[in-house]
Amino acid sequence: MSTEPNKANTLTPKERMRIPRQDMPEQDPNVRNRNFDEVNLGFDADTAVQEGLRCLQCKKPLCIDGCPVKIKIPEFIQLIVERDFPGAAAKIKEDNSLPAVCGRVCPQETQCEATCVVGNRFRPVAIGHLERFVADHERESGKVQLPKKAKATGKKVAIVGSGPAGLACATDLVQWGHEVTVYEALHEYGGVLVYGIPEFRLPKKILGAEIDNLRNMGVNFVKNFIIGKTMTVDELMGQEGYDAVFVGTGAGLPWFMNIPGENLNGVYSANEFLTRVNLMKANNFPQSDTPIKIADTVVVFGGGNTAMDAVRTAKRLGAERAIIVYRRSEEEMPARDEEIKHAKEEGIEFMLLTAPTKMLDDGKGWVKGVECLKMELGEPDQSGRRRPMPIEGSEFTIDADLAVVAIGNGSNPLLAKTTPGLKINRWGNIIADAETGRTSKKGVFAGGDIVTGGATVILAMGAGRQAAAAMHEYLETGEWVEIDG
Amino acid sequence: MYTITSAEFIAPDVKLFHIKAPYIAQKHQAGQFVILRVHDNGERIPITIAESDPDKGEIAIIVQGIGRTTKELNMKEAGDHLQDLVGPLGTPTHIEKWGRVVIVSGGVGTAEALPIARAMKKAGNHVTSIIGARTKDLVIAEKLMEELCDEVLITTDDGSYGIKGLVTTALEPMINSDTPPQMVLAVGPLPMMSAVAEMTRPHNIKTVVSLNTIMIDGTGMCGGCRATVGGETVFVCVDGPEFDAHQVDFAELRQRGSMYHQQERQSLDQFLERCKLESASSEDTTK
Ligand SMILES: Cc1cc2nc3c(=O)[nH]c(=O)nc-3n(C[C@H](O)[C@H](O)[C@H](O)COP(=O)(O)OP(=O)(O)OC[C@H]3O[C@@H](n4cnc5c(N)ncnc54)[C@H](O)[C@@H]3O)c2cc1C
Ligand SMILES: Cc1cc2nc3c(=O)[nH]c(=O)nc-3n(C[C@H](O)[C@H](O)[C@H](O)COP(=O)(O)OP(=O)(O)OC[C@H]3O[C@@H](n4cnc5c(N)ncnc54)[C@H](O)[C@@H]3O)c2cc1C
Ligand code: SF4
Ligand code: SF4
Ligand code: FES
Repeated sequence: MSTEPNKANTLTPKERMRIPRQDMPEQDPNVRNRNFDEVNLGFDADTAVQEGLRCLQCKKPLCIDGCPVKIKIPEFIQLIVERDFPGAAAKIKEDNSLPAVCGRVCPQETQCEATCVVGNRFRPVAIGHLERFVADHERESGKVQLPKKAKATGKKVAIVGSGPAGLACATDLVQWGHEVTVYEALHEYGGVLVYGIPEFRLPKKILGAEIDNLRNMGVNFVKNFIIGKTMTVDELMGQEGYDAVFVGTGAGLPWFMNIPGENLNGVYSANEFLTRVNLMKANNFPQSDTPIKIADTVVVFGGGNTAMDAVRTAKRLGAERAIIVYRRSEEEMPARDEEIKHAKEEGIEFMLLTAPTKMLDDGKGWVKGVECLKMELGEPDQSGRRRPMPIEGSEFTIDADLAVVAIGNGSNPLLAKTTPGLKINRWGNIIADAETGRTSKKGVFAGGDIVTGGATVILAMGAGRQAAAAMHEYLETGEWVEIDG
Repeated sequence: MYTITSAEFIAPDVKLFHIKAPYIAQKHQAGQFVILRVHDNGERIPITIAESDPDKGEIAIIVQGIGRTTKELNMKEAGDHLQDLVGPLGTPTHIEKWGRVVIVSGGVGTAEALPIARAMKKAGNHVTSIIGARTKDLVIAEKLMEELCDEVLITTDDGSYGIKGLVTTALEPMINSDTPPQMVLAVGPLPMMSAVAEMTRPHNIKTVVSLNTIMIDGTGMCGGCRATVGGETVFVCVDGPEFDAHQVDFAELRQRGSMYHQQERQSLDQFLERCKLESASSEDTTK
């Protein structure tokens, strides 16, 4: 299958488009739904080159418009075609410091691949799979290129939270010569990437390698340290001598549905359910000491990535039936297309246009089922999605011995509550300038889910990098512009 | 890693530790706790900070060995390390000059009551401590409480020490006296806390209990620690751990606390089995 580089460059657009999109090799659905190993196995070099040839190398690459951090997509793909994989990696890293992560978890179908012109007639170029290939190739080759560091500036920066926003911010600031320390509340680094997104989508060793790279570049990491409890933002900037602080504390406050029976045993928030497995390794109980309830039938409420992760985790823990209950239709589901497809292949059931109204008690304090109503879609609401309306008299019951609520997260108030002068909006999100991350408090910047509410990895990373640029400027000039509002 | 600087049993299965934790020691206020892990496969468990010494950079905790993690923890000695330690967590006790304050504690709850007693006394209250235990050997921190409080009463279920009966046996006459307390705090096992709540409820005496729900992160991220207080769901790790006793749904707490009984048993049995095998094989090699 290998294609000579010189021949590659002579392919006509027609010939390029005739190449079918290369399939991602995957674990067999009936095997993988019983293990926690990664589902996608990755392209080999020849497949990556073949897929790369499908890119038309557009003069006006629309794909870049779809990427929140504007990766130079045709350029890195061309380097793949030329088999200069390290070159491709370097090209991506100009704009994205976590390509192995984004290649795996970005909702490509609504971003870069949504705007790829090949997609107008055929399936778009598999930009995410290629990005992942390049990053994995670099890591596995053991020759990761660490960016050059500028001369030390003598400025100290504290980053609060080690999610994608914080990590991206740290990457840039350390390169520019600042002394960077990342403070993390939990005992592992990565935010949602480590406690939320499961191993079968994003193996921990990949994230571990990224953290190691940052360490090697000189970033200090401090875990088990909660800003707002162990130390306040004011103390960071006072006694600890930090010149600026970036807050990337994420949207870690699980919403519940406020229906009867939600505090029964066996009803979890998705955060708790996934944290028990991902962070605490409850799937290895009793080798690992954190337990989780093992159930025959699991219902998961929601239609986003979190819901898909929870339901597929439940299946892997041994559930006979694992069911998604979502109040709109599949079209409105916010989850990545690939996750919905994978879930279906793995035997996950979908009960759409269905809303829970009550959790049922088995008489001993455990959930034994959930009462639901059928829904129909009415007029579009503020989000532009059609509003689900209950159908009268459509009550029915699903028997289940475990239920997971995955309807989203609000923002955790812990830091803002203890930081005088830091303004939040009525949803509890920190108010920050969209371009620079500047907050209402001098020297304090913020970005990621704590500013936007639950969003995506790439948006959080992008916000971290934008803030890094603004922080750099602030550290160099000392100039601070107040934000509106 | 967090270094244990001293460790000693103060009652059967109850151990007092001092741990190096300078930042936590600086910040600690009465009513707050830490979350710790003993080793890398370990569970995250909450333990109240019994005392803190900002100058030495140390905190003290008192641990009752009841299950796998606490028993494993209680095998640690001075010089050993903990894998993880984070805090201080939770909202501090609301301290105010109430007048007469009664602090009721049972079992290891007495450890949790120490800093509260200290702070209440400092705020100018008349503080009475009622310590309850099954039997004499299990009474802990009596001396410390005597130093801090105006009055200490002990009750034991079997009458082997102090007043025979439950903590409520000692509390009842105070409530019915001419000088009833303005404030009662109860820290300990659920049945004890709910009994105290029921006793003070008809008298409208402000009563606060410290809830021991199952926790993971301790930062409000997972919702596993939720309880119902006044008909609303609260997250005990951030909204508490102390709440108005008369508003707490104790039945739900009991139900949620029992969620993992079967797994906890399994985990403990496996651990004890391993300890037995290890001590047997070390005997073999010494022979
Ligand atoms: C289960 C799940 C699946 C998802 N799947 C996808 C997906 O497939 N694709 C995608 O693009 N997005 C996905 N998302 C969304 C994405 O993960 C988030 O948008 C992103 O992680 C936000 O990054 P962040 O850096 O802002 O915050 P987070 O990742 O939430 O990280 C915040 C970190 O800050 C720490 N912290 C909080 N408060 C403090 C404090 N006071 N002191 C110190 N540390 C603190 C937290 O412990 C945490 O580690 C998913 C989210 C979830 C929950
Ligand atoms: C705010 C707070 C302060 C506490 N302070 C102290 C203290 O000062 N000294 C002390 O000895 N104990 C204290 N506890 C209780 C202590 O956390 C539990 O005894 C410990 O978690 C039991 O773990 P185990 O593995 O030894 O026992 P297990 O056999 O696992 O559990 C025994 C019982 O402890 C409870 N429990 C189990 N896992 C957890 C968990 N992750 N979080 C909380 N509770 C759990 C359950 O009700 C369970 O039935 C406190 C608990 C809370 C919530
Ligand atoms: S970062 Fe995400 S959106 Fe951008 S090119 Fe990569 S996969 Fe596409
Ligand atoms: S839009 Fe598609 S074909 Fe064009 S450059 Fe981007 S990836 Fe290649
Ligand atoms: S322990 Fe997770 S929210 Fe309280």
